[in-house]
Parts: sequence; C-alpha cells; structure tokens
Amino acid sequence: MADIAVHPSGTRSGNARPPAPGTDGFVDIVRMEQVQKYFGAVHALRNIDLRIGRNEIVGLIGDNGAGKSTLIKTMTGVYAPSSGRIFVRDKPVDLANYSVAMAHDLSIETVYQDKSLGEKQPLWRNFFVGRQITNRFGFIDVKRQKAVARQILEDTIGFRGVGIGVDATVKNLSGGERQGIAIGRAMHFNADLIVLDEPTVALAVKEVRKVLDFVRLIKSSGRACVYIEHNLAHVHEVADRLVVLDRGAIVADIAPRDMTVPELTEYLIDLQKSQH
Amino acid sequence: MPRAQPRSLFARIEGLPIIIVFALMLALFMTMAPLVFLAPNIYMTFLSTLPPLMVLSIGLTFVIAAGEIDLSFPSIIAFSGFVFAVLFKQYGLGPLAAIVAVLSGSLVGWLNGLLIARVGIPSFIATLGTQFFWAGMATVLSGGRSYALRGVEESWTWRVIDGRLGGNDPLRWYTQVSMEAIWTAAIVLFLWFVLNRHRFGEHVLFLGDSNDVSRVVGIPVAREKIRLFTLMGTCGGVAAVMLTLENRNYFGDQGSGYLLTAIAAVLIGGTSILGGRATVVGTIFGALIMGMLEAGLVASGLTGAWVRTVQGLIFLVAIVFYLLADEPARRHALLGRFGLARGPGGRSPRSGPPVPTR
Ligand SMILES: Nc1ncnc2c1ncn2[C@@H]1O[C@H](COP(=O)(O)OP(=O)(O)O)[C@@H](O)[C@H]1O
Ligand SMILES: [Mg+2]
Repeated sequence: MADIAVHPSGTRSGNARPPAPGTDGFVDIVRMEQVQKYFGAVHALRNIDLRIGRNEIVGLIGDNGAGKSTLIKTMTGVYAPSSGRIFVRDKPVDLANYSVAMAHDLSIETVYQDKSLGEKQPLWRNFFVGRQITNRFGFIDVKRQKAVARQILEDTIGFRGVGIGVDATVKNLSGGERQGIAIGRAMHFNADLIVLDEPTVALAVKEVRKVLDFVRLIKSSGRACVYIEHNLAHVHEVADRLVVLDRGAIVADIAPRDMTVPELTEYLIDLQKSQH
Repeated sequence: MPRAQPRSLFARIEGLPIIIVFALMLALFMTMAPLVFLAPNIYMTFLSTLPPLMVLSIGLTFVIAAGEIDLSFPSIIAFSGFVFAVLFKQYGLGPLAAIVAVLSGSLVGWLNGLLIARVGIPSFIATLGTQFFWAGMATVLSGGRSYALRGVEESWTWRVIDGRLGGNDPLRWYTQVSMEAIWTAAIVLFLWFVLNRHRFGEHVLFLGDSNDVSRVVGIPVAREKIRLFTLMGTCGGVAAVMLTLENRNYFGDQGSGYLLTAIAAVLIGGTSILGGRATVVGTIFGALIMGMLEAGLVASGLTGAWVRTVQGLIFLVAIVFYLLADEPARRHALLGRFGLARGPGGRSPRSGPPVPTR
C-alpha cells in the first residue's frame, strides 16, 4: 500500500514560539484559568491553569483517571467547569452558554477515538454531515459535496493514489485512515484548535505513523492541537510541549527536548509511586 | 496494494438483488398461473390493493434505517381510518375528513416520537404500548361498529384519492389505473429524494449508524427522531385513508394484516435491520413481492392458509441472507462452524488493510 504523503495546505501564520500575536491579534487559542471540575464529590480538575498557543502541539499525558479527558471536555464545551474562567482567542467565554456547538463556532473541533465517523456511510457524507451544503429546502448538493470531499481527500489529507474515493464507506478504512478523515474534516472546516483524545489506541504501528503525520500536518498548516496520548514515545515525537496531569492537577510542563523518553517514563513512574 | 474499487453492478443499481428475486417470482407465477398473470387485470388490481402497504413500508424504511422500529402503525390504520370514516360519513366533511385523518396519524406518530426521544423509552416498547392504546381507542370510540361508505364513488374525495384514471372503462385497461397508485408513486418518489438527497434522510442514516456519532457531528438527535416517527405516523394516516376508501368501509381491525407484511417488505428489500443503510427501491420491490405472493399462491392452486406461511419463510430467509452479507464476522463464524472458513481462524474485519467487499 502506498504511504500517505503529507501535503501541508494553506500554511497560515508562522510556527515559532515565543508567541507573537497573529494577524487576527491573539496569542493563545485557548486559555484556562483556575478551572475546577467536580463530579459530585470527585474533584476531577484542580486549579487548572493552561494555555494553548495558536500554533502549538500540546501533549497531554498522565495516568488513567488523571483527568485528561475531563480537561479537554471542559475545554471544548462538553462539560461546564464548576468554577474558573476559559478564554478563546484571549476573549473570555460565557460559560453559562458554552457548548460543543459554540466551540465549533469558535473553530474548536474534537476527534474522538471511535465516535467521529458514521461507519456505514460514504466519506462524502461523513465530511459534511451536520453542516451539509443544501438548497433552501434542505436538499443536499451532492455534486458539490463530492467535489469538495475529493479535494479534501487528495489535497488536505493526501490520500491521492491510495485508492480511497469519496464513495468508500468508513468501515472499509483502517484505523489510521479513519483518524486522517476525521482530522482532515476538522482542518477543512478551518478548525484553529483540533483536540485528539487517544487517537492511536488499538492501531498497528504503521497506522500510528499515519496519525503522527496528521498531527504534524496540523502543526504545519498553522493550527493548534491538544493531543492526549498514553504512548510517551509518540507524543514526545510530535509535541512542542508536554503537560503532565496527576489526580486532576497539572504537575509539570515539559519541553520534549529537555527530557528523553526514558527520563520521561521514569518521571511518570516516580509520580505514580508518590501516590501510595 | 491499490484499492481502486470498480463499483459492481450490485452497488450501482439500487435494490438489484431483490429486483432479480421479484422477476424470478413473477416468471414463476406466469408459468404456473398463466391465465391470471399474463392478463392485465391482476396488475390493475395490484395498483389498487398495494398502495397502503407501499406507503406504510416506505415510512417504515426510514424508521428501520434509523435503527428504530414502529409496531404501532396497524393501530394508526385503525384509528385514522375511524377518524376519516366518522368525519366523512357522519359529519360530511368530504376532503377535509381525509386531511384531518392524515393529521391524526401524524399526531400519533409525534406522540410516539416524544415518548422515544424525550422520555427515552426504546421504540420497540413505546410503540408496542401505543399500538394497544390507539387500537383500543379506535374500538372504544367506534363502539366496535364498522362504517360502510356506500355511494362514496360519487364523491369528489373518492375520485381524487381513489378513483380510476380514465373513468374505469373495462375495455381499455389503462383507464383503470387507480389514483391511489399515482399518489403512491408521487409519495415514493418524493421520499426517495428525502432519504437519499435531503439533510433529514442523511441524519436518519447516521442515527441508524450510531446515536453517539450523530451527537458528536452535531445532529439534533431528539428532534430528528421526533420528526422520524411523525413521518411514520403520517404515512400510517395516508395508508388508512386509502384503505378505507378502497374498501368503501371502515372496520376496526383493518390494520391487523400489515404488521408482518410491511416489516417484511422493508427487510427483504435490503434495508439493514441494524440500521444505517436503507433502500426505498428495495422496499418497493419487497412490497410487490409480499402483495404478489398472496395472489400468486392462490392462483397457483395453494390455499390461502399457505400465504402467511410462505411470507414468513421468505422473510426469515431474507433476514438471514442480509445479516450474513452485512456482517463479515458473523458470516465467518457461521462458515467456520461448518468448517468452510477461508484460512486458519478466518480474519478479523478490523485488522490490516481492509478488503473491499463490494
Ligand atoms: N461523567 C463523569 N461522571 C463522574 N465522574 C467522572 C466522569 N468523567 C470522569 N469522571 C471521573 O473523573 C476522573 C478523571 O477521569 P478522566 O478525565 O476520564 O481521566 P483520563 O482521561 O485521564 O483517564 C476519574 O476519577 C473519573 O472517574
Ligand atoms: Mg480518557
């Protein structure tokens, strides 16, 4: 099988940190300040202060149950925080009305491991479902959707020559390809922040490579990404910054070049030991 | 390994397997009962007896496509039929009676939708309950009486909904095409476009695929389910009016024969019992098969008692066929049980590069 090539499309602002405000004048795509989240008595997020730069890949790591999923769900409007403040593009979000739909409007998209695509549906429907191109009676412009879908497949995701067409159904795709489709969709709809929750779980090595290429694609196209990953080597390879979560609190903020993968592993093991 | 998928004939022509089965069955009946099946009359009869089944089956295609089920439509045939008969006969409302009857079906469907989408009762249970409720309601309100609609042929309502195209001249067969058939064709065509080309149809298919995915991609799940059951109820109302007019009579259990035949028409047509995949064309041929079986078996010399048996058998065979065709894992498990699986242990559908199945 041909490898999936990466074609960065529409590279936007530069990818350097320290951050400089972009053309539309913001530094951080998302900033959380003193966010707390309780599920009943469970204190799932403690004093979260976190900034995601506009073109930054932030790896989110930590033990099972550390609160990684809760953190990104709070960030993307799935859960309301118990207290604290959230800023998108440096502007405060009205938390009373924050929702997934509002996050979409703010160009924040989440790719969930197994819940992002309709298995039995063709790719051209999967790209547009929820925001179809229709006439005013709600009938879909199939031709245009297929044309745009083809363009996303070939130019954005780089599936040219892989033999996957817009009429292919998702269930015929490999796990890595599925992640690619979901990420490509988010990029097409101009997400400025793409959140990935453990996208490589249950993937074969070759498929993992594809997903990591997609993460790099997010970076090179000028967007930001929050990437939850249990495999430290993977996340170390692509992240600009690693944020370590432990029992609901951020305990470390690491630049990958300052720590090798074995050192990082040791650090996390020590962290776990200190729990007991 | 390139995966160019030359789309096979079966993938390009919607409902092809069932069209072939239909053609074979027709050929069989033509040989076994040539007097009946080689003359136009029987087909003209089909055009007036099949429309209620067709309309019900098309509505049900949407419901099953969404991974839901509706068991309450026989009671809508009873209830809406009653509403129509009373308003038409006792209150002389004419065409308005037909409109109100159809809307009463929509209302029942909408209530089903509320129970399922807002209260959260599984559709199987909710519609089993409402089936009893509305059938009971129709019996209570009608006092168990039937309403003969004598002389209805004279009315404008009958002519528009159920009349014959060209004034019913027995010498020229095409004059006997029923208006019901024309309405049904229009409804079928419209709903084909809704399922395959409209936002709502796409949402229905995604709902059948997964409610979780639907939510994540921004489909208003509850709202679309309510619309879905309202559509089914409306189809039930339309079928009720057609049936009552065609029979020129309302009777309380006029919907009772439709539960099996409508579900069977949808499933043998190729709509997936697991949801997410549906074909209106398949359903049409499924309904044709169900309707033709009855006439065909009787004309071929079998007693009427055989009809249900054969319908049930075809229904089961079709379900097993599609389930195995749909679910590679189950097919391998089954073949494996008979020692027919390819290679050691078969192959998991999830691992490695996928095999194009079509
Ligand atoms: N919806 C919920 N209701 C109650 N408790 C929850 C819910 N979601 C997560 N939790 C709890 O919050 C903590 C963090 O969970 P989670 O964010 O899923 O961790 P991670 O993704 O790091 O494995 C766990 O103790 C979990 O039991
Ligand atoms: Mg998690």
